[in-house]
Amino acid sequence: MAGSGTAHLRNTVDAVLTVRDLTVEFRVAKDKIVKAVSGLSFDVIRGETLAIVGESGCGKTTLARAVLQLPPPNSGEVVFEGTDLTLLPKENLRSARTSMQMIFQDPISSLDPRMTVHQLIDEPLEIWGRGTRAERDERINNLLNNVGLEPDLVLNRRSYEFSGGQCQRISIARALALDPRMLICDEPVSALDVSIQAQILNLLQDMKDRFGLTMIFISHDLAVVKAVSNRVIVMYLGKICEVAPPETLYTKPAHHYTRALLNSVPIADPTRQTRTELLQGEPPSPMNPPSGCRFRTRCAAATALCAEQEPQLQEVAPGQFVACHHPLA
Amino acid sequence: MSSLLSVKNMSINFDTPRGSLEAVRGVDIEIPAGMSVGVVGESGSGKTVMCRAAMGLLQGSNVKRSGTVVFDGHELTAMSKEEVRNLFGSGMAMIFQDPMTALNPVRRIGSQLSEGLRVRLGMSKADALARSKELLELVRIPNAEAVLKSFPYQLSGGMRQRVMIAIAIACNPKLLFADEPTTALDVTVQAQILQLLRELREDLKMSMVLVTHDLGVVAGNTDYVAVMYAGEIVEYAPTTKLFADMRMPYTEALLESIPKIDHKSGTRLAVIAGRLPDPTDRGAGCSFAPRCKYVQEKCHKEHPELKQDPDGHVYRCWFPIGVSL
Repeated sequence: MAGSGTAHLRNTVDAVLTVRDLTVEFRVAKDKIVKAVSGLSFDVIRGETLAIVGESGCGKTTLARAVLQLPPPNSGEVVFEGTDLTLLPKENLRSARTSMQMIFQDPISSLDPRMTVHQLIDEPLEIWGRGTRAERDERINNLLNNVGLEPDLVLNRRSYEFSGGQCQRISIARALALDPRMLICDEPVSALDVSIQAQILNLLQDMKDRFGLTMIFISHDLAVVKAVSNRVIVMYLGKICEVAPPETLYTKPAHHYTRALLNSVPIADPTRQTRTELLQGEPPSPMNPPSGCRFRTRCAAATALCAEQEPQLQEVAPGQFVACHHPLA
Repeated sequence: MSSLLSVKNMSINFDTPRGSLEAVRGVDIEIPAGMSVGVVGESGSGKTVMCRAAMGLLQGSNVKRSGTVVFDGHELTAMSKEEVRNLFGSGMAMIFQDPMTALNPVRRIGSQLSEGLRVRLGMSKADALARSKELLELVRIPNAEAVLKSFPYQLSGGMRQRVMIAIAIACNPKLLFADEPTTALDVTVQAQILQLLRELREDLKMSMVLVTHDLGVVAGNTDYVAVMYAGEIVEYAPTTKLFADMRMPYTEALLESIPKIDHKSGTRLAVIAGRLPDPTDRGAGCSFAPRCKYVQEKCHKEHPELKQDPDGHVYRCWFPIGVSL
């Protein structure tokens, strides 16, 4: 990994979002700085689902939040539909955010338990003065129908009366209320049971197709990512290891870290259990990341070069970019 | 093959304001000595309650238990609390899902790890600490000396789970209950912990009950699998047989609904419509009937009994897959 570079940016007019050289750091003590995201760039094209995968603490969520300026990044630009959000005055940023909505990991705690479903979905519509009372009520009914909930049964109930899967449906309805053009989903299904997980993934796919959404999908689950994405970014300690379309990434990973991640996914078939070399240890602290390639301390192929020089993203196959001095053939 | 743990007709009911909640209904399960048995099912299917009840950990005025549990020749259900307690550590041990809340946050690792050794094996403080260090090395914790003096918050999730495993195996238990031991961990760390459990099981000749919702984890780490749904065991078979030749429509649906890493990207996932039935009102027929794609009239009316194939494959279905009636 974890390297820098912009070779993977497609520089097309279709890019809804282009992030360049984004850096987010948190000061946790007088001289301790957590380098959560370091000089990271990516773009998302209209109608695409970009997935971001990586272990806990690699900066996935920080990255997504920095896109929404929650909080604003330390440096770098976030260009959404031609406007650099980092330069926008507060009021313009508020209105820009209506077109980018977020869905959070924990569906129950992301809904206010004191508000009814009607109030939850009405709140954004009311704040932005979208339509009359009657128009808003009709809109709320449509949104609930879209996400597979029966409006008459749910409108006057509160979040604690629903299961995790139903709460996630309510979150999706709320996120869609303002007609966003981009949806950022931060581990939307990791708190759900497998049978419910499939329902929500299919629903997100349907909503994306119906409303022509562009999606950033954050997950630690490689199988889930494969099912939903058009392009995958593999992150490690705040940097990009590899960017590729899912078919390429899963069959021919070019980065040692990507391969290690794929090898650790349990396979639900007792006849196909391979015992490959496991990745040893755990990621180093983001307060004091290794020099050069940040993955080198756990990489079997690391050489002196990896400690000295940070690898840059380079194209190794059509659409596949890897930041590694010794990519896998 | 003798069974180390044998649970017969176990039912657990909780009294709740909404009425009696049937968490576990008439469960029979045998854990053969030296084997690893997986228990899979969705949240609320009764996996954890069954394990805790088997260990005698469920007590309280709102719990109604019935059935028998025999562990290694002792009938736990007929023993006093104190007698059951004496089996913990050297007989049975448990590791829990969340390693942060299972460890005491205000005590050092060394003191938590040596406690069992001193109480159960009567070791001196110095001996227990020395053995604790060996145990940490056994679960592959680097720099064990320093970890003994650490508090849980100073360790990562994976390290904490290793400490939990060290505590559980400290007195050489015959049976280890692992309740979702890797659910809170990253996939790379999960692979490390599962490998560690496999190796320890072999070295210590330990049996294991592995509770998980992940069929992938079950496939690579168990000899037998019990599938639970709505408080019942709905299918029980050797792991290879279960995956190759499943009988229960629920097992099939569960397996189909997981996204798989070798599936084509962008394919729609198969879903199990609906959700688990209300545990205070299970209804008359098969619990899975409202969600089953092969459902017939009989399924709604009559509760299926457990059936057994000649090879020991057990299932609870009126119209099992692959069986001509």
